[in-house]
Amino acid sequence: MTAGSPDPQVPSGLLPHRIVLNARQMPSYSYGPRSPIWWGTLGFCAVEGMGFVLAVGAYFYLVFVNGTWPLSAPAPDLFWSSLHTVLMLGSLYPNYLAKRNGEREDLRKVRRDLVIMSLIGVALLGLRTMELGTTHVKWDHNAYGSIVWLLLGLHTAHLLTDVVDTIVLAVLMFTRHGHGKRFSDVGDNAFYWYFVVASWLPIYVIIYWFPRWW
Amino acid sequence: MTRALTSHEFDAVPEVTRLATGERGGLPGVQSEADAPPSPDELRDDQVDGPELSARLAKTWGTEKGLIGALSTVDHKIIGRRYIITAIIFLFLGGLSAVAMRLQLAQPESKLISPDLYNQLFTMHGTTMMFLFGVPIGEAFAVYLVPLMVGARNIAFPRLNAFSYYVYLFGGIMIWVAFMLNIGPDTGWFSYVPLAGPEFSPGKRVDFWAQMITFTEVAGIAVAISVIVTVFKMRAPGMTLDRIPLFVWAELVNSFVIVFALPAVVTASAMLILDRLVGTHFFNPAEGGDALLYQHLFWFFGHPEVYIIFLPATGWVSAIVVTFARRQAFGYIALVLSLIATGFLSFGLWVHHMFTTGLPQLGASFFTASSMLIAIPNGIQIFCWIATLWDGRPVFRTPLLFVIGFFFIFVAGGLSGIMLASVPLDTQVHDTFFVVAHFHYVLIGGNVFPLLGAIYYWFPKFTGRMMSERLGKWHFWLAFIGFNVTFFPMHITGLMGMPRRVYTYLPEMGWGNLNLISTIGAVLFFASFVLFLYNIISSARRGPVAEPNPWNAGTLEWAAASPPLPQNFDRVPVVTNREPLWANRDSLPVVAGLSVENREQIVSTITHGRADLRESSPEPSIWPFLTAVATTITFVGSIFTPWAVVWGSIPLALALMGWFWPKTSTEDER
Ligand code: HEM
Ligand SMILES: [Cu+2]
Repeated sequence: MTAGSPDPQVPSGLLPHRIVLNARQMPSYSYGPRSPIWWGTLGFCAVEGMGFVLAVGAYFYLVFVNGTWPLSAPAPDLFWSSLHTVLMLGSLYPNYLAKRNGEREDLRKVRRDLVIMSLIGVALLGLRTMELGTTHVKWDHNAYGSIVWLLLGLHTAHLLTDVVDTIVLAVLMFTRHGHGKRFSDVGDNAFYWYFVVASWLPIYVIIYWFPRWW
Repeated sequence: MTRALTSHEFDAVPEVTRLATGERGGLPGVQSEADAPPSPDELRDDQVDGPELSARLAKTWGTEKGLIGALSTVDHKIIGRRYIITAIIFLFLGGLSAVAMRLQLAQPESKLISPDLYNQLFTMHGTTMMFLFGVPIGEAFAVYLVPLMVGARNIAFPRLNAFSYYVYLFGGIMIWVAFMLNIGPDTGWFSYVPLAGPEFSPGKRVDFWAQMITFTEVAGIAVAISVIVTVFKMRAPGMTLDRIPLFVWAELVNSFVIVFALPAVVTASAMLILDRLVGTHFFNPAEGGDALLYQHLFWFFGHPEVYIIFLPATGWVSAIVVTFARRQAFGYIALVLSLIATGFLSFGLWVHHMFTTGLPQLGASFFTASSMLIAIPNGIQIFCWIATLWDGRPVFRTPLLFVIGFFFIFVAGGLSGIMLASVPLDTQVHDTFFVVAHFHYVLIGGNVFPLLGAIYYWFPKFTGRMMSERLGKWHFWLAFIGFNVTFFPMHITGLMGMPRRVYTYLPEMGWGNLNLISTIGAVLFFASFVLFLYNIISSARRGPVAEPNPWNAGTLEWAAASPPLPQNFDRVPVVTNREPLWANRDSLPVVAGLSVENREQIVSTITHGRADLRESSPEPSIWPFLTAVATTITFVGSIFTPWAVVWGSIPLALALMGWFWPKTSTEDER
């Protein structure tokens, strides 16, 4: 060990080492903001959140430019979209459980929670498909239709991504990889799901309720 | 705080509790695998030393030989080097298209280049310079240098980083191939609608432009996130916020600006391509759309873009100034706060690009004021640099010469910018060569000159050899003179009324002589780059061998070998000072206890930089490359049929699964 004494063997010009700290006993992963992936997920949420903000900004810009809204189409139906929203809100609890049980490293319960979340995800995609059929406007109809479909498309892309991610993670937890740092990944996946839900609520109000109030 | 360091007064290593958190990984009361003691069979770096340690670590962190190995690498230095070289190739391509334009403009009624080709040339020039050179070059340096400067062994998300490089490369190749096939974009670097819309620009040209934006912005955002997390979580123990090198601060602020600005241009270009390909009406006034919406979205990105190009350059300048002034930065805190202020203010100003579109009076005055406001942090930075040099013992080597050149050119560009920031004058010279002159002073002064300095400065680190000083001085003077001869006359041609983006002009206008001078300057300027290229190639082959720290600089990248070994450092350094190598001249305080057989790195806390975890860093993988290929097929396919997005997403999803699926026994991928 070189502690204290300069090592004669270091390559020319490199400073000899003086050990002042030992990392042997440090944990090999952790949860939430202690883990880099959590920050990476937050970063992607920021980027995508910015995308939503801009799309919503464009929506109101078009409302402002046109004065009347919606343009030559009735407001979209509430039934499927509201059902979708309710299920989204309902998913918050199992999502919370998945995160918590991940943190407890309870494999059995994590498996259960991820299966539930996958099923909910698939159901949400089904509801979204129904919802898309009741917008009463197509994207190539007018600017109103374009922006409605843009918002829906953006959100559906996020929904789809996270559902696929959840399913893959669920499968992973049933294989021999289901231990250790994967529990931390479960938490980050749940974190992203919160984002998917949180970004939907304003979009839901804007697409489905705002035209009725305007 | 900013006085020169003379003795070892900062040398003292703080007690262990200030360097490490000592916290468990699992939640309280949970028997977590995170806290399992490390396997006793695994060799750790407190058990070996010297060349053996170097060699073993180099094997663990190394890149396999062969094509698959090269495409699977996750080494930030290899990816960073490719990024830098690619961005510079695009700088040359953009420069060549500029020289072609200048040759055409050298005399009135020249027949060298057709109007259609001229349109493509200025579009390709602007697009290449802004999207394929300007944004990536700053990030490229971050990819290479930030991990080294914060004492890490790799960037935070190395596979994402590799993916981003390939996406960027493929996007750049796509647009240049389109140009060679005579389907290059021709609507200017900001492709305004309605000109770029489906009605006035049928065909595929603008579609390639819009998808090129998607490629480069996806890449740019991915790198920005990797850099942010590297700076937040991968810093060497002891690197508190006020010990982060100024270059790293600049790249951090830059990454934040990227994260919030780039989504706007992606939104704009996505709407544009949707209008063109699937018949949406975002920008079609006949169906309730609005063309100004495009301009707002574009400039919401476009103005910060100027700072995305400028911020990394401030980092290069700070690093060079401090090293060659031989003292710590004067006003470190002021410099950091100015960087942050620039980052915020850069978003307040986009509307000034739209003064001529007839904004309400009050709004216009507001935006004039805030455009001027940004001069304050920029002024503070320039003041601090000059004060650092003034108070130090400056050594005028080539890197510093380029920094001095930057001061002059950038300040001149700032002055003409202040002229433009007033609405009445802007309406006068709007869309003339005055504007072209202004933004080249800002862009070339603010980015290219510091970049050249940065290359001279870090070349020994990148290659292990020094560049020729003699050629470097020639290069500098040729570039400085060539630049001014090219662009100064353009102010006058602009004031004389010569519009930009015209392929020729009549002899009666009297613009001929000035244009000829500009062209001669452009040839000189281009010659300086040829000299530069020669210097790079000959020095890389035969230049004098560089020591690890040839300039006697203070930041951590100089504690690694030149060029650095795959592991960067044999042991992770512990930081006790803003200029760690000036504070520890005889030996480097380090952390021990990391694995020699697996890629382990220290994860630390955001503000205090306390060591917290020893996490694994991802192994090499071919999947990021394959994912980039799948992405490319999807994006390019979408130009021809919207269904490409649907069927392209299947290979994309498969590739992503391959990427994230853990490999055999090694845990903790991703
Ligand atoms: C070799 C050095 C360069 C020369 C000789 C040069 C020359 C020119 C000229 C003559 C134009 C105006 C064309 C026209 O409007 O008719 C132009 C436009 C432009 N240049 Fe450069 N340039 C150089 C380097 C750069 C660099 C380094 C950047 C950015 C980092 C840059 C960014 C731009 C942009 C954004 C435009 C506007 C393109 C458009 O109108 O859409 N140029 N350049
Ligand atoms: Cu601006």
